[in-house]
Amino acid sequence: MAEPHIDVSIETKDVPPAPRRDPNTCPSCQSHYRDDELEANLWLCLHCGHHFPMTARARITSLADTGSFVEEAADLRSEDPLNFFDLRPYTERLAEAEMSTGLGEAIVIGQAAVENRSCELAVMDFTFMGGSMGSVVGEKFSRACDSAIERTVPLVTVTSSGGARMQEGILSLMQLPKTVCAVEDLHDAGCALIVVMAHPTTAGVLASFASLGDVSLAEPNALIAFTGPRVVQQTTREKLPDDFGLAEQNLRFGHLDAIVHRQELRPTVARLLRLFDGE
Amino acid sequence: MASEAELRLRERLSKLRSLPLLGGARLSGELERLQRQLDRMTAEPTDEEIWRSVELARHADRPYTLDYVARLLDDWFELHGDRGRADDGAMVTGLGKLDGRTVVLVGQQKGRDIQERTKRQFGMPYPEGYRKAMRAMELADRHGFPVISLVDTPGAYPGVAAEQHGQGGMIAQSQALMARLRVPTVACVIGEGGSGGAIAIALADRVLMQENAIYSVISPEGCAAILWRDASQAKKAAAAFKPDAAHCLELGVIDGIVPEPEPAAHADVDEAARLLGESLRDALDELDSFSGDELRRRRRAKFRSLGIFA
Repeated sequence: MAEPHIDVSIETKDVPPAPRRDPNTCPSCQSHYRDDELEANLWLCLHCGHHFPMTARARITSLADTGSFVEEAADLRSEDPLNFFDLRPYTERLAEAEMSTGLGEAIVIGQAAVENRSCELAVMDFTFMGGSMGSVVGEKFSRACDSAIERTVPLVTVTSSGGARMQEGILSLMQLPKTVCAVEDLHDAGCALIVVMAHPTTAGVLASFASLGDVSLAEPNALIAFTGPRVVQQTTREKLPDDFGLAEQNLRFGHLDAIVHRQELRPTVARLLRLFDGE
Repeated sequence: MASEAELRLRERLSKLRSLPLLGGARLSGELERLQRQLDRMTAEPTDEEIWRSVELARHADRPYTLDYVARLLDDWFELHGDRGRADDGAMVTGLGKLDGRTVVLVGQQKGRDIQERTKRQFGMPYPEGYRKAMRAMELADRHGFPVISLVDTPGAYPGVAAEQHGQGGMIAQSQALMARLRVPTVACVIGEGGSGGAIAIALADRVLMQENAIYSVISPEGCAAILWRDASQAKKAAAAFKPDAAHCLELGVIDGIVPEPEPAAHADVDEAARLLGESLRDALDELDSFSGDELRRRRRAKFRSLGIFA
Protein backbone atom coordinates (compact mmCIF):
# COMPACT_ATOMS: atom_id res chain seq x y z
CA MET A 1 0.00 0.00 0.00
CA ALA A 2 1.28 3.45 -0.85
CA GLU A 3 2.21 5.70 2.07
CA PRO A 4 -0.40 8.40 2.60
CA HIS A 5 1.31 11.70 1.97
CA ILE A 6 -0.10 15.17 2.26
CA ASP A 7 2.10 17.95 1.00
CA VAL A 8 1.65 20.97 3.24
CA SER A 9 4.70 22.94 2.15
CA ILE A 10 3.99 26.42 0.86
CA GLU A 11 7.41 27.12 -0.48
CA THR A 12 10.21 24.65 -0.71
CA LYS A 13 13.83 25.64 -0.76
CA ASP A 14 14.80 22.49 -2.57
CA VAL A 15 14.48 22.36 -6.28
CA PRO A 16 12.76 19.06 -7.18
CA PRO A 17 15.35 16.68 -8.59
CA ALA A 18 15.43 16.62 -12.37
CA PRO A 19 14.00 13.41 -13.79
CA ARG A 20 16.79 10.95 -14.46
CA ARG A 21 17.67 11.14 -18.08
CA ASP A 22 19.63 8.69 -20.09
CA PRO A 23 22.90 10.39 -21.06
CA ASN A 24 22.42 9.24 -24.63
CA THR A 25 18.97 10.79 -24.96
CA CYS A 26 18.95 14.21 -26.58
CA PRO A 27 17.55 16.72 -24.07
CA SER A 28 16.17 18.97 -26.78
CA CYS A 29 14.50 16.52 -29.17
CA GLN A 30 14.41 13.26 -27.14
CA SER A 31 16.14 11.23 -29.86
CA HIS A 32 18.02 8.30 -28.41
CA TYR A 33 21.33 6.95 -29.60
CA ARG A 34 23.81 4.16 -29.01
CA ASP A 35 27.33 5.15 -27.96
CA ASP A 36 28.82 4.18 -31.31
CA GLU A 37 26.30 6.30 -33.22
CA LEU A 38 27.22 9.37 -31.17
CA GLU A 39 30.90 8.60 -31.36
CA ALA A 40 30.76 8.41 -35.13
CA ASN A 41 29.09 11.82 -35.24
CA LEU A 42 31.28 13.90 -32.85
CA TRP A 43 28.69 13.39 -30.10
CA LEU A 44 26.19 15.55 -31.95
CA CYS A 45 22.48 14.76 -32.15
CA LEU A 46 21.88 13.53 -35.71
CA HIS A 47 18.40 14.97 -35.61
CA CYS A 48 18.73 18.45 -34.08
CA GLY A 49 22.47 19.05 -33.72
CA HIS A 50 22.46 19.16 -29.90
CA HIS A 51 26.01 19.03 -28.56
CA PHE A 52 26.36 16.10 -26.16
CA PRO A 53 29.21 16.37 -23.65
CA MET A 54 32.48 14.98 -24.92
CA THR A 55 35.17 13.26 -22.88
CA ALA A 56 38.72 14.61 -23.03
CA ARG A 57 39.88 11.57 -25.03
CA ALA A 58 37.08 11.92 -27.60
CA ARG A 59 37.80 15.64 -27.86
CA ILE A 60 41.49 15.08 -28.48
CA THR A 61 40.71 12.47 -31.12
CA SER A 62 38.36 14.92 -32.83
CA LEU A 63 40.84 17.82 -32.81
CA ALA A 64 44.34 16.39 -33.21
CA ASP A 65 45.82 14.84 -36.34
CA THR A 66 45.73 11.06 -36.09
CA GLY A 67 48.63 9.76 -34.04
CA SER A 68 50.04 13.21 -33.30
CA PHE A 69 49.02 13.46 -29.65
CA VAL A 70 51.76 12.83 -27.10
CA GLU A 71 50.39 13.02 -23.59
CA GLU A 72 52.36 14.80 -20.86
CA ALA A 73 52.25 14.68 -17.04
CA ALA A 74 49.82 11.76 -17.13
CA ASP A 75 51.10 10.42 -13.83
CA LEU A 76 50.17 13.40 -11.64
CA ARG A 77 47.60 12.52 -8.99
CA SER A 78 45.70 14.54 -6.41
CA GLU A 79 46.51 14.34 -2.74
CA ASP A 80 44.14 14.99 0.10
CA PRO A 81 45.87 17.84 1.96
CA LEU A 82 42.89 18.60 4.21
CA ASN A 83 41.82 15.02 4.92
CA PHE A 84 38.55 16.20 3.49
CA PHE A 85 35.45 14.29 4.43
CA ASP A 86 31.95 15.37 3.51
CA LEU A 87 29.46 12.59 3.03
CA ARG A 88 32.35 10.48 1.75
CA PRO A 89 36.12 10.88 1.92
CA TYR A 90 37.74 12.86 -0.91
CA THR A 91 40.18 10.02 -1.59
CA GLU A 92 37.25 7.71 -2.25
CA ARG A 93 35.70 10.18 -4.68
CA LEU A 94 39.03 10.47 -6.48
CA ALA A 95 39.47 6.73 -6.76
CA GLU A 96 35.93 6.35 -8.05
CA ALA A 97 36.42 9.10 -10.63
CA GLU A 98 39.60 7.46 -11.86
CA MET A 99 37.90 4.08 -12.10
CA SER A 100 34.88 5.37 -14.00
CA THR A 101 36.72 7.72 -16.39
CA GLY A 102 40.05 5.98 -16.84
CA LEU A 103 41.69 9.39 -16.32
CA GLY A 104 44.14 10.45 -13.63
CA GLU A 105 42.58 13.89 -13.33
CA ALA A 106 40.04 16.28 -14.86
CA ILE A 107 42.44 17.57 -17.51
CA VAL A 108 44.58 15.90 -20.17
CA ILE A 109 47.56 17.76 -21.63
CA GLY A 110 50.04 17.00 -24.36
CA GLN A 111 51.72 17.91 -27.63
CA ALA A 112 49.67 17.64 -30.78
CA ALA A 113 49.25 18.82 -34.34
CA VAL A 114 46.06 20.15 -35.92
CA GLU A 115 46.10 20.04 -39.72
CA ASN A 116 49.87 19.74 -39.52
CA ARG A 117 50.35 22.76 -37.26
CA SER A 118 52.03 21.96 -33.95
CA CYS A 119 50.37 23.10 -30.78
CA GLU A 120 49.94 22.14 -27.16
CA LEU A 121 46.54 20.79 -26.08
CA ALA A 122 44.96 21.06 -22.62
CA VAL A 123 41.53 19.46 -22.56
CA MET A 124 39.26 19.26 -19.54
CA ASP A 125 36.91 16.38 -18.79
CA PHE A 126 33.63 17.11 -17.02
CA THR A 127 33.05 13.47 -16.14
CA PHE A 128 35.99 13.55 -13.70
CA MET A 129 34.43 15.17 -10.61
CA GLY A 130 32.62 17.79 -12.65
CA GLY A 131 35.82 18.97 -14.28
CA SER A 132 36.68 20.68 -11.01
CA MET A 133 40.06 22.38 -10.67
CA GLY A 134 42.26 21.26 -7.81
CA SER A 135 46.04 21.28 -7.42
CA VAL A 136 46.63 18.76 -10.21
CA VAL A 137 44.45 20.51 -12.79
CA GLY A 138 46.24 23.77 -11.98
CA GLU A 139 49.65 22.14 -12.20
CA LYS A 140 48.91 20.31 -15.46
CA PHE A 141 47.53 23.44 -17.10
CA SER A 142 50.64 25.35 -15.99
CA ARG A 143 52.89 22.62 -17.40
CA ALA A 144 50.98 22.81 -20.67
CA CYS A 145 51.87 26.53 -20.77
CA ASP A 146 55.54 25.70 -20.13
CA SER A 147 55.54 22.99 -22.78
CA ALA A 148 54.06 25.45 -25.30
CA ILE A 149 56.69 28.05 -24.33
CA GLU A 150 59.51 25.54 -24.73
CA ARG A 151 58.46 24.73 -28.31
CA THR A 152 57.11 28.26 -29.08
CA VAL A 153 53.74 26.90 -30.17
CA PRO A 154 50.22 28.08 -29.35
CA LEU A 155 48.26 26.48 -26.53
CA VAL A 156 44.74 25.32 -27.35
CA THR A 157 42.59 24.60 -24.33
CA VAL A 158 39.10 23.12 -24.21
CA THR A 159 37.38 23.94 -20.91
CA SER A 160 34.52 22.17 -19.20
CA SER A 161 34.31 22.66 -15.48
CA GLY A 162 32.02 23.32 -12.56
CA GLY A 163 34.73 25.44 -10.92
CA ALA A 164 37.29 25.00 -8.16
CA ARG A 165 37.44 21.69 -6.31
CA MET A 166 35.97 22.37 -2.88
CA GLN A 167 37.58 19.28 -1.37
CA GLU A 168 40.97 20.95 -1.64
CA GLY A 169 39.76 24.07 0.15
CA ILE A 170 41.84 27.22 -0.21
CA LEU A 171 44.46 25.42 -2.30
CA SER A 172 41.89 25.00 -5.05
CA LEU A 173 41.24 28.76 -4.99
CA MET A 174 44.99 29.26 -5.38
CA GLN A 175 44.84 27.44 -8.72
CA LEU A 176 43.17 30.57 -10.13
CA PRO A 177 46.20 32.85 -9.62
CA LYS A 178 48.48 29.93 -10.46
CA THR A 179 46.98 29.35 -13.90
CA VAL A 180 46.70 33.11 -14.50
CA CYS A 181 50.44 33.49 -13.82
CA ALA A 182 51.16 30.59 -16.19
CA VAL A 183 49.14 32.31 -18.95
CA GLU A 184 51.01 35.56 -18.34
CA ASP A 185 54.31 33.68 -18.76
CA LEU A 186 52.91 32.13 -21.94
CA HIS A 187 51.94 35.52 -23.32
CA ASP A 188 55.30 37.06 -22.36
CA ALA A 189 56.96 34.31 -24.39
CA GLY A 190 54.91 35.34 -27.40
CA CYS A 191 52.74 32.22 -27.54
CA ALA A 192 49.03 32.43 -28.27
CA LEU A 193 46.27 31.00 -26.12
CA ILE A 194 43.16 29.76 -27.91
CA VAL A 195 40.28 28.94 -25.58
CA VAL A 196 37.34 26.73 -26.55
CA MET A 197 34.63 26.84 -23.91
CA ALA A 198 32.51 23.72 -23.87
CA HIS A 199 29.47 23.20 -21.69
CA PRO A 200 29.77 24.13 -18.86
CA THR A 201 32.59 26.61 -18.21
CA THR A 202 31.84 28.18 -14.87
CA ALA A 203 33.16 29.70 -11.65
CA GLY A 204 36.87 29.28 -10.92
CA VAL A 205 37.89 28.15 -14.37
CA LEU A 206 35.99 30.99 -16.06
CA ALA A 207 37.48 33.41 -13.52
CA SER A 208 41.01 32.36 -14.44
CA PHE A 209 42.70 30.94 -17.55
CA ALA A 210 39.53 30.34 -19.56
CA SER A 211 38.92 34.09 -19.79
CA LEU A 212 42.45 35.01 -20.85
CA GLY A 213 42.51 33.60 -24.37
CA ASP A 214 43.83 35.66 -27.25
CA VAL A 215 40.83 34.18 -29.00
CA SER A 216 37.75 32.90 -27.14
CA LEU A 217 35.48 30.39 -28.82
CA ALA A 218 32.49 28.55 -27.39
CA GLU A 219 30.27 25.68 -28.40
CA PRO A 220 26.58 26.41 -29.05
CA ASN A 221 24.41 26.51 -25.94
CA ALA A 222 27.33 26.07 -23.56
CA LEU A 223 26.70 27.51 -20.10
CA ILE A 224 29.39 30.13 -19.49
CA ALA A 225 28.86 31.85 -16.17
CA PHE A 226 30.78 32.79 -13.05
CA THR A 227 27.69 32.11 -10.97
CA GLY A 228 25.23 29.56 -12.36
CA PRO A 229 21.53 30.29 -12.92
CA ARG A 230 20.30 28.34 -9.90
CA VAL A 231 22.48 30.23 -7.43
CA VAL A 232 21.70 33.62 -9.02
CA GLN A 233 17.99 32.82 -8.81
CA GLN A 234 18.21 31.67 -5.20
CA THR A 235 20.35 34.56 -3.96
CA THR A 236 18.81 37.48 -5.78
CA ARG A 237 15.30 36.23 -6.70
CA GLU A 238 15.80 38.01 -10.01
CA LYS A 239 13.92 36.84 -13.04
CA LEU A 240 16.43 35.24 -15.34
CA PRO A 241 16.44 35.84 -19.08
CA ASP A 242 15.81 32.67 -21.11
CA ASP A 243 19.34 32.50 -22.43
CA PHE A 244 20.95 33.43 -19.10
CA GLY A 245 24.62 32.54 -19.09
CA LEU A 246 24.55 30.71 -22.39
CA ALA A 247 27.22 31.12 -25.03
CA GLU A 248 24.78 33.08 -27.19
CA GLN A 249 24.21 35.65 -24.46
CA ASN A 250 27.93 35.88 -23.78
CA LEU A 251 28.55 36.56 -27.46
CA ARG A 252 25.91 39.29 -27.47
CA PHE A 253 27.46 40.99 -24.45
CA GLY A 254 30.92 40.91 -25.95
CA HIS A 255 32.58 38.18 -23.91
CA LEU A 256 33.31 35.81 -26.80
CA ASP A 257 34.75 36.02 -30.29
CA ALA A 258 32.66 33.30 -31.90
CA ILE A 259 30.35 30.38 -31.31
CA VAL A 260 31.62 27.46 -33.31
CA HIS A 261 29.62 24.35 -34.17
CA ARG A 262 31.55 21.22 -33.25
CA GLN A 263 31.81 20.14 -36.87
CA GLU A 264 33.60 23.40 -37.64
CA LEU A 265 35.85 23.33 -34.59
CA ARG A 266 38.87 21.52 -36.02
CA PRO A 267 39.09 23.64 -39.20
CA THR A 268 38.54 26.80 -37.11
CA VAL A 269 41.33 25.94 -34.69
CA ALA A 270 43.57 25.07 -37.63
CA ARG A 271 42.84 28.43 -39.25
CA LEU A 272 43.70 30.26 -36.05
CA LEU A 273 46.93 28.29 -35.69
CA ARG A 274 47.85 29.36 -39.24
CA LEU A 275 47.03 32.97 -38.43
CA PHE A 276 49.13 33.01 -35.26
CA ASP A 277 51.98 31.42 -37.17
CA GLY A 278 52.30 34.73 -39.00
CA GLU A 279 53.14 33.17 -42.35
CA MET B 1 47.69 13.59 16.99
CA ALA B 2 48.32 16.59 19.18
CA SER B 3 52.06 16.17 19.13
CA GLU B 4 52.00 15.79 15.37
CA ALA B 5 50.26 19.15 14.96
CA GLU B 6 52.66 20.67 17.41
CA LEU B 7 55.60 19.34 15.45
CA ARG B 8 54.18 20.79 12.28
CA LEU B 9 53.81 24.23 13.85
CA ARG B 10 57.34 24.00 15.28
CA GLU B 11 58.64 23.16 11.85
CA ARG B 12 56.67 26.04 10.39
CA LEU B 13 58.10 28.36 13.00
CA SER B 14 61.67 27.34 12.38
CA LYS B 15 61.09 27.81 8.67
CA LEU B 16 59.65 31.25 9.33
CA ARG B 17 62.67 32.20 11.40
CA SER B 18 65.07 31.28 8.65
CA LEU B 19 63.07 32.87 5.85
CA PRO B 20 64.68 36.02 4.55
CA LEU B 21 61.25 37.42 3.71
CA LEU B 22 60.53 37.99 7.34
CA GLY B 23 63.42 40.40 7.54
CA GLY B 24 64.91 39.40 10.86
CA ALA B 25 63.67 41.41 13.81
CA ARG B 26 61.08 43.35 11.86
CA LEU B 27 58.42 40.71 12.10
CA SER B 28 59.60 39.47 15.44
CA GLY B 29 56.26 40.47 16.93
CA GLU B 30 54.62 38.02 14.65
CA LEU B 31 57.10 35.29 15.48
CA GLU B 32 56.49 35.88 19.16
CA ARG B 33 52.80 35.64 18.58
CA LEU B 34 53.20 32.39 16.72
CA GLN B 35 55.42 31.11 19.48
CA ARG B 36 52.72 32.05 22.00
CA GLN B 37 50.23 30.26 19.87
CA LEU B 38 52.46 27.19 19.85
CA ASP B 39 52.86 27.31 23.60
CA ARG B 40 49.16 27.62 24.09
CA MET B 41 48.34 25.03 21.57
CA THR B 42 48.67 21.34 21.91
CA ALA B 43 46.47 20.60 18.92
CA GLU B 44 45.30 22.17 15.67
CA PRO B 45 42.49 24.71 15.89
CA THR B 46 39.41 22.81 16.90
CA ASP B 47 36.21 22.88 14.87
CA GLU B 48 34.84 25.32 17.44
CA GLU B 49 37.82 27.64 17.02
CA ILE B 50 37.47 27.55 13.25
CA TRP B 51 33.80 28.45 13.52
CA ARG B 52 34.69 31.25 15.94
CA SER B 53 36.94 32.71 13.21
CA VAL B 54 34.06 32.54 10.75
CA GLU B 55 31.82 34.43 13.16
CA LEU B 56 34.45 37.01 14.08
CA ALA B 57 35.37 37.58 10.43
CA ARG B 58 31.71 38.45 9.76
CA HIS B 59 31.12 40.33 13.03
CA ALA B 60 28.86 43.34 12.45
CA ASP B 61 31.30 45.64 14.25
CA ARG B 62 34.43 44.35 12.56
CA PRO B 63 36.48 47.21 11.09
CA TYR B 64 36.11 47.58 7.33
CA THR B 65 38.49 48.94 4.70
CA LEU B 66 37.58 52.62 5.23
CA ASP B 67 38.02 52.27 9.01
CA TYR B 68 41.64 51.30 8.37
CA VAL B 69 42.09 53.95 5.68
CA ALA B 70 41.03 56.64 8.14
CA ARG B 71 43.57 55.44 10.70
CA LEU B 72 46.50 54.51 8.46
CA LEU B 73 46.63 56.85 5.49
CA ASP B 74 47.20 60.59 5.39
CA ASP B 75 45.91 62.83 2.61
CA TRP B 76 43.48 60.12 1.51
CA PHE B 77 41.95 60.91 -1.86
CA GLU B 78 39.30 58.49 -3.04
CA LEU B 79 39.17 57.60 -6.73
CA HIS B 80 35.69 56.92 -8.04
CA GLY B 81 34.46 55.04 -11.06
CA ASP B 82 35.78 52.48 -13.50
CA ARG B 83 35.90 54.98 -16.40
CA GLY B 84 33.45 52.74 -18.21
CA ARG B 85 30.01 52.61 -16.77
CA ALA B 86 29.77 52.74 -13.00
CA ASP B 87 31.17 53.59 -9.60
CA ASP B 88 30.91 50.36 -7.65
CA GLY B 89 30.28 51.04 -3.97
CA ALA B 90 31.57 47.61 -2.93
CA MET B 91 35.07 48.50 -4.10
CA VAL B 92 37.00 51.42 -2.65
CA THR B 93 40.10 52.76 -4.39
CA GLY B 94 42.26 55.77 -3.73
CA LEU B 95 45.57 57.43 -3.10
CA GLY B 96 47.06 58.12 0.30
CA LYS B 97 50.28 58.44 2.23
CA LEU B 98 51.55 55.65 4.42
CA ASP B 99 54.41 57.10 6.50
CA GLY B 100 54.92 59.85 3.99
CA ARG B 101 55.02 57.49 1.04
CA THR B 102 52.28 57.60 -1.60
CA VAL B 103 50.44 54.32 -2.03
CA VAL B 104 47.40 53.16 -3.96
CA LEU B 105 44.87 51.33 -1.84
CA VAL B 106 42.13 49.08 -3.18
CA GLY B 107 39.68 47.13 -1.07
CA GLN B 108 36.18 45.83 -0.74
CA GLN B 109 33.89 47.77 1.56
CA LYS B 110 30.84 46.55 3.45
CA GLY B 111 28.20 48.79 5.00
CA ARG B 112 27.20 49.44 8.62
CA ASP B 113 23.51 50.25 8.26
CA ILE B 114 20.95 49.02 5.80
CA GLN B 115 21.29 52.01 3.44
CA GLU B 116 25.04 51.70 3.28
CA ARG B 117 24.90 47.94 2.96
CA THR B 118 22.63 48.27 -0.04
CA LYS B 119 24.81 50.97 -1.54
CA ARG B 120 27.85 48.76 -1.10
CA GLN B 121 26.10 45.52 -2.08
CA PHE B 122 27.23 43.90 1.16
CA GLY B 123 30.81 44.11 -0.07
CA MET B 124 30.16 42.12 -3.23
CA PRO B 125 31.61 43.94 -6.26
CA TYR B 126 30.23 43.89 -9.78
CA PRO B 127 32.67 43.54 -12.67
CA GLU B 128 32.72 47.33 -12.65
CA GLY B 129 34.21 47.18 -9.16
CA TYR B 130 37.08 45.02 -10.35
CA ARG B 131 37.63 47.30 -13.32
CA LYS B 132 37.75 50.21 -10.90
CA ALA B 133 40.43 48.39 -8.90
CA MET B 134 42.33 47.62 -12.11
CA ARG B 135 42.23 51.25 -13.09
CA ALA B 136 43.74 52.24 -9.73
CA MET B 137 46.42 49.55 -9.93
CA GLU B 138 47.38 50.65 -13.45
CA LEU B 139 47.79 54.16 -12.09
CA ALA B 140 50.06 52.78 -9.37
CA ASP B 141 52.16 50.93 -11.95
CA ARG B 142 52.54 54.06 -14.10
CA HIS B 143 53.78 56.14 -11.20
CA GLY B 144 55.68 53.54 -9.20
CA PHE B 145 53.36 53.61 -6.18
CA PRO B 146 53.08 50.42 -4.11
CA VAL B 147 49.63 48.79 -4.03
CA ILE B 148 47.92 47.84 -0.79
CA SER B 149 44.88 45.68 -1.14
CA LEU B 150 42.45 44.97 1.70
CA VAL B 151 40.26 41.95 1.04
CA ASP B 152 36.85 41.74 2.68
CA THR B 153 34.08 40.19 0.63
CA PRO B 154 31.66 37.29 0.85
CA GLY B 155 32.33 36.91 -2.90
CA ALA B 156 31.75 38.63 -6.22
CA TYR B 157 28.14 39.73 -6.73
CA PRO B 158 26.03 36.85 -8.07
CA GLY B 159 23.45 38.64 -10.23
CA VAL B 160 22.09 38.75 -13.75
CA ALA B 161 23.67 42.12 -14.61
CA ALA B 162 26.99 41.09 -13.07
CA GLU B 163 27.07 38.03 -15.32
CA GLN B 164 26.08 40.03 -18.38
CA HIS B 165 28.86 42.51 -17.67
CA GLY B 166 31.40 39.69 -17.49
CA GLN B 167 32.04 38.87 -13.83
CA GLY B 168 34.27 35.84 -14.48
CA GLY B 169 36.31 37.54 -17.17
CA MET B 170 36.91 40.62 -15.08
CA ILE B 171 38.12 38.60 -12.09
CA ALA B 172 40.56 36.81 -14.40
CA GLN B 173 41.77 40.07 -15.92
CA SER B 174 42.27 41.71 -12.56
CA GLN B 175 44.52 38.80 -11.51
CA ALA B 176 46.35 38.96 -14.83
CA LEU B 177 47.01 42.66 -14.28
CA MET B 178 48.36 41.99 -10.79
CA ALA B 179 50.65 39.32 -12.27
CA ARG B 180 52.08 42.02 -14.57
CA LEU B 181 52.58 44.87 -12.08
CA ARG B 182 56.14 46.10 -11.56
CA VAL B 183 55.44 47.76 -8.22
CA PRO B 184 55.40 46.18 -4.74
CA THR B 185 52.01 44.76 -3.79
CA VAL B 186 50.73 43.68 -0.37
CA ALA B 187 47.32 42.14 0.20
CA CYS B 188 45.70 41.52 3.56
CA VAL B 189 42.50 39.62 4.20
CA ILE B 190 40.80 41.71 6.89
CA GLY B 191 37.50 39.86 7.16
CA GLU B 192 36.02 37.49 4.65
CA GLY B 193 38.24 36.37 1.80
CA GLY B 194 35.46 34.92 -0.29
CA SER B 195 36.56 32.94 -3.31
CA GLY B 196 37.09 34.50 -6.76
CA GLY B 197 35.82 37.84 -5.51
CA ALA B 198 38.76 37.91 -3.08
CA ILE B 199 41.57 36.50 -5.21
CA ALA B 200 40.79 39.08 -7.90
CA ILE B 201 42.68 41.64 -5.79
CA ALA B 202 44.95 39.29 -3.83
CA LEU B 203 47.59 38.17 -6.33
CA ALA B 204 50.22 40.10 -4.39
CA ASP B 205 53.92 39.85 -3.49
CA ARG B 206 52.96 39.43 0.15
CA VAL B 207 49.64 38.05 1.24
CA LEU B 208 48.72 38.55 4.89
CA MET B 209 45.70 37.61 6.92
CA GLN B 210 44.39 39.02 10.14
CA GLU B 211 44.24 36.54 12.98
CA ASN B 212 40.47 36.14 12.84
CA ALA B 213 39.92 36.56 9.12
CA ILE B 214 38.88 33.69 6.88
CA TYR B 215 40.01 32.87 3.36
CA SER B 216 38.15 30.25 1.42
CA VAL B 217 37.14 28.84 -1.92
CA ILE B 218 33.44 28.96 -1.07
CA SER B 219 31.33 30.15 1.85
CA PRO B 220 30.69 27.52 4.53
CA GLU B 221 26.98 27.73 3.70
CA GLY B 222 27.59 27.30 -0.02
CA CYS B 223 29.86 24.33 0.56
CA ALA B 224 27.34 22.73 2.90
CA ALA B 225 24.53 23.26 0.40
CA ILE B 226 26.50 21.54 -2.34
CA LEU B 227 28.33 18.74 -0.55
CA TRP B 228 25.94 18.07 2.35
CA ARG B 229 22.89 19.27 0.42
CA ASP B 230 21.98 21.23 3.53
CA ALA B 231 23.11 24.82 4.15
CA SER B 232 22.63 24.41 7.90
CA GLN B 233 25.68 22.12 7.98
CA ALA B 234 27.90 25.20 7.55
CA LYS B 235 29.82 24.54 10.75
CA LYS B 236 30.75 21.06 9.57
CA ALA B 237 31.74 22.39 6.17
CA ALA B 238 33.98 25.08 7.70
CA ALA B 239 35.66 22.46 9.87
CA ALA B 240 36.27 20.37 6.76
CA PHE B 241 37.78 23.04 4.51
CA LYS B 242 39.58 25.00 7.23
CA PRO B 243 39.39 28.68 6.17
CA ASP B 244 41.18 30.03 9.26
CA ALA B 245 44.47 31.92 9.17
CA ALA B 246 46.54 29.23 10.92
CA HIS B 247 45.63 26.64 8.31
CA CYS B 248 46.19 29.06 5.42
CA LEU B 249 49.67 29.77 6.77
CA GLU B 250 50.38 26.09 7.15
CA LEU B 251 49.38 25.45 3.53
CA GLY B 252 51.68 28.24 2.34
CA VAL B 253 48.78 30.26 0.96
CA ILE B 254 49.61 33.32 3.07
CA ASP B 255 52.96 34.75 4.15
CA GLY B 256 52.04 35.98 7.58
CA ILE B 257 49.34 36.48 10.18
CA VAL B 258 48.53 39.99 11.40
CA PRO B 259 47.73 39.95 15.11
CA GLU B 260 44.51 41.47 16.40
CA PRO B 261 43.80 42.91 19.85
CA GLU B 262 42.03 40.53 22.24
CA PRO B 263 39.44 39.20 21.69
CA ALA B 264 39.22 40.50 18.10
CA ALA B 265 39.70 43.56 15.88
CA HIS B 266 36.30 45.10 16.64
CA ALA B 267 37.13 45.38 20.35
CA ASP B 268 39.82 48.01 19.71
CA VAL B 269 39.83 49.35 16.17
CA ASP B 270 42.70 51.79 16.78
CA GLU B 271 44.93 49.02 18.05
CA ALA B 272 43.86 46.71 15.20
CA ALA B 273 44.79 49.45 12.72
CA ARG B 274 48.13 49.99 14.41
CA LEU B 275 48.99 46.30 14.19
CA LEU B 276 47.84 46.12 10.55
CA GLY B 277 49.86 49.24 9.68
CA GLU B 278 52.96 47.70 11.24
CA SER B 279 52.63 44.53 9.18
CA LEU B 280 51.96 46.44 5.95
CA ARG B 281 54.99 48.66 6.53
CA ASP B 282 57.24 45.69 7.27
CA ALA B 283 56.06 43.92 4.15
CA LEU B 284 56.61 46.98 1.95
CA ASP B 285 60.07 47.57 3.45
CA GLU B 286 61.13 44.03 2.59
CA LEU B 287 59.92 44.44 -0.98
CA ASP B 288 61.84 47.68 -1.49
CA SER B 289 65.08 45.91 -2.34
CA PHE B 290 63.67 44.22 -5.44
CA SER B 291 63.49 45.69 -8.93
CA GLY B 292 60.15 45.76 -10.77
CA ASP B 293 61.05 42.82 -12.98
CA GLU B 294 62.30 40.85 -10.03
CA LEU B 295 59.11 41.50 -8.08
CA ARG B 296 57.04 40.29 -10.98
CA ARG B 297 59.14 37.17 -11.52
CA ARG B 298 59.12 36.22 -7.84
CA ARG B 299 55.40 36.93 -7.52
CA ARG B 300 54.57 34.61 -10.40
CA ALA B 301 56.96 31.95 -9.17
CA LYS B 302 55.33 32.04 -5.75
CA PHE B 303 51.78 31.58 -7.04
CA ARG B 304 52.87 28.99 -9.55
CA SER B 305 54.27 26.88 -6.74
CA LEU B 306 50.96 26.63 -4.86
CA GLY B 307 49.28 23.25 -4.73
CA ILE B 308 49.84 19.83 -3.23
CA PHE B 309 49.93 16.74 -5.43
CA ALA B 310 51.76 13.49 -6.00
